Amino acid sequence: MSPPAVAVLTTRTDPPVPVPAGRSGLSPHLQRLEDEAIHILREVVAEFAKPVMLYSVGKDSSVMLHLARKAFFPAPPPFPFLHIASGWDFRAVVEHRDRMAAEYGLELLVRTNEEAALAGVNPFDTDTGEYSRLMLTETLKEALDSHGFDAAFGGGRRDEEKARAKERIFSHRGAGHVWDPRNQRPELWRLFNTRLAPGDTMRVFPLSNWTETDVWTYIQVEAIPIVPLYLAAERRVVERDGALIAVDDHRLRLLPGEKEMTRSVRFRTLGCWPLTGAVESSATDVGGVIAELLDSRSSERQGRLVDGASQASMERKKKEGYF
Amino acid sequence: MPDTLAPPANDSLPLGLRSELRFLTCGSVDDGKSTLIGRLIHDASGLLDDQIASLRNDSRRFGTTDDEIDFALLLDGLEAEREQGITIDVAYRFFTTPRRAFVVADTPGHQQYTRNMATGASNAELAVLLVDARKGLLEQTRRHAAIVSLLGIRHVVLAVNKIDLVDFSQARFREIEAAFTAFAEPLAFHSVVSIPLSATLGDNIAKSSPRMPWYAGPPLLAHLETVETDLEAAEAPTRFPVQWVNRPNADFRGFTGTVASGRVAVGDKVVVAGSGRLSTVARIVSFERDLAEASAGRSVTLTLADDVDVIRGDVLADPKSRPTVARRFAADLVWMDETPAILGKRFLLKIGSATVPATIRRVTDTLDVDTLQRAPAAQLNLNAIGRVEIESTVPVAFDPYAENRQTGAFILIDRSTLRTAAAGMVVEGLDGGRDVHRHAETITPALRAEAKGQQPLVVWFTGLPGSGKSTIANIVERKLAALGRQTMLLDGDNLRQGLNADLGFDAPARAENVRRVGEVAKLMADAGLITIVALVSPFRADRVRAGTLLPEGSFLEVFVDTPYEVCRQRDPKGLYGKADQGKVINLTGRDQAYEPPESPALVLRTVELDADQAADRVVELVLEKCRHL
Repeated sequence: MSPPAVAVLTTRTDPPVPVPAGRSGLSPHLQRLEDEAIHILREVVAEFAKPVMLYSVGKDSSVMLHLARKAFFPAPPPFPFLHIASGWDFRAVVEHRDRMAAEYGLELLVRTNEEAALAGVNPFDTDTGEYSRLMLTETLKEALDSHGFDAAFGGGRRDEEKARAKERIFSHRGAGHVWDPRNQRPELWRLFNTRLAPGDTMRVFPLSNWTETDVWTYIQVEAIPIVPLYLAAERRVVERDGALIAVDDHRLRLLPGEKEMTRSVRFRTLGCWPLTGAVESSATDVGGVIAELLDSRSSERQGRLVDGASQASMERKKKEGYF
Repeated sequence: MPDTLAPPANDSLPLGLRSELRFLTCGSVDDGKSTLIGRLIHDASGLLDDQIASLRNDSRRFGTTDDEIDFALLLDGLEAEREQGITIDVAYRFFTTPRRAFVVADTPGHQQYTRNMATGASNAELAVLLVDARKGLLEQTRRHAAIVSLLGIRHVVLAVNKIDLVDFSQARFREIEAAFTAFAEPLAFHSVVSIPLSATLGDNIAKSSPRMPWYAGPPLLAHLETVETDLEAAEAPTRFPVQWVNRPNADFRGFTGTVASGRVAVGDKVVVAGSGRLSTVARIVSFERDLAEASAGRSVTLTLADDVDVIRGDVLADPKSRPTVARRFAADLVWMDETPAILGKRFLLKIGSATVPATIRRVTDTLDVDTLQRAPAAQLNLNAIGRVEIESTVPVAFDPYAENRQTGAFILIDRSTLRTAAAGMVVEGLDGGRDVHRHAETITPALRAEAKGQQPLVVWFTGLPGSGKSTIANIVERKLAALGRQTMLLDGDNLRQGLNADLGFDAPARAENVRRVGEVAKLMADAGLITIVALVSPFRADRVRAGTLLPEGSFLEVFVDTPYEVCRQRDPKGLYGKADQGKVINLTGRDQAYEPPESPALVLRTVELDADQAADRVVELVLEKCRHL
């Protein structure tokens, strides 16, 4: 895993010796997904005035970052990267984010709802839906509005959840970033309708047709750097509501009967740490994660307490402007 | 455990050879589309424990299968749809076997959602058409097959579902198969595979059903895993729509894009389709290393050997096989907007990477997807499919959709609402060039007539010289023009100064004169015009022959019945006088016989009517004929 340095442009007098196509390590299936995603990334840069990439630092974001570096090579990605930090982000996530930004020369924007945090909103006392709305959805909308971004890339995949399965790759959002599932633009061929009325924005999902297995296999073949929390290690956890919650810092309040313990765990998804369940695992490398995934009997969002509240909570959240 | 999924191998490419198939399922309401996809996902073991738990909950709340798991609930994603029990939009689902990854578009059966089906079909390589074995082919099945064909899908599976409910009857299956084969014959599918199956019970889904030993073909999943669908794009001529010019500094100018068809290789000659400028591919740049070539579907960055002007929207192509570049083209549209397609409305046309203003110049016809017949139409309503002419403000590069699904496809964006109003498929360019003769017959006389909004007719005035034919014909044309009709007047005297200048007045020359005028009148009528002929045309047989060139009822013989003595007296052109002096020979009525019509459509006795009254009679007749034809 030694990614190339920041894409510094040099004049090449001797083009490198070309190699035949098809010798990259990608299967025809992953190659097609990569080509499709790169096409989408370029389409947005060509058609929108001010795009931004949502960078949650998770595995999907890591794949998107990698695709962006490929799509515009030898130029660097021609848009900034926005991280909506809740203040309850895993420390390892913040470290990885800053390391990637420095290494690849990314323009990184970090936004946190300080006001809500000062008002006492936190993942323990605040209703989970309300917490998520204030710290993530509202903060995201505010950040997009204040910068005037007209298109925002997100890492959402259609295999994650039923509401996502019907969302367009180019997901039109009306005033207030609302998604109207009954009034989506038909999406034909590779011909994306990118036109926006004043006040409208677009959310764009280059990984729409990827599955969790595709993401992991791609990470493995392309040797994409990821946050170490995705790999199994001995970590301090407590068991809460049937989930293993990491003790990422001193703010975790132990409830009666809860005990810190050390387990070999990894995370399938990286949300706010007090709301993200770990799975017991011995997969210490990406190959091991894939092996466990193929053997797994539960889908990845299961680890997210945020989504558990209601069957159709994702649909509601998206209507409010969530990714 | 999911034993159908490939276990990761020990090398670094565990799933390295897996290919991909994107297909859609369509069928009528209750044919069991969603159940079938749910069953495929289940049998390929893509279903995870928490999804199954959620499904059991849902099945109790919304299901239609009593205590069984209702596989359909996997697909109906949005809350409102689950409660209504219908699928209202395209849902995408994913499952994987060791050989292939599958992307499934589930599209609704309701007629009003044609647009969603077209959406799902546009990116699919294969369609699974579901039929309920008890019901057989329905209007919806035919409709979906027609849309699938129109959108260029060449591989179809006819899934005869619920075969368990007809006792696994071979006879019933063969009957449905034969009916579909007959219907689909003109739809140009490359492969049609019919499979008897039960989505609910799993027969012939992942495994061959022991209950149908008479069926020797593959189960559905095995067919989907092996069918080859991706050859067309790779074999078509090279097309590379330039998506974005990558110019990070003065030393690098790369043209990014996705190879739409064919392949590009370093050293290939390419032409910029719009400008005709030629260059050579210098490099194919990618992140890891340069490539020697890239085939259809690859998103790459090219550099060219020459400093040619190339911008987003240009198409780089094989100079030996170029796309059409034109402003006007004929196309089939799937109309997707509540506001109908009407003439002259302005849109944005997005084709390849180009987006340009365009208008619909003509609505030619609509396709009746039940009979596959085309009928004249003046507008296209929501979910209609029809042929139109598009005109863009600047030339665009394209290929006929039948030859290239990427460069022949376009969308129309409504300029005021910004909605995607139509999916379009180019039929041919109309500015001349390579396609002009090839499909010339696709625009028929009936379509031209419809475009002009009138019934073409030939009104043939016959009568003695000086009987008043030209005078009346002129008034008739003015009156019809005033009513908005499109007309053409063929006057015998005028034609003799050009087309027929080589002809004399003896009997054979007169016959040839009438033959030529008859042919010209037919062409004019084919062009959609109300054609008025004023010609002595003395011989009955010649007039009859002219009439037979035209469709039944559209040749109106008008006899201007003016007695010889009256004509001689009027003598407006001095012909009778000259004939008396021997300066004109073969004057009809004087030197040659005139054969009056036996059953003319109208007789005008000019001794009783003045010219204007006579013209009114003719106009009445024309308008009445137009109503009845």
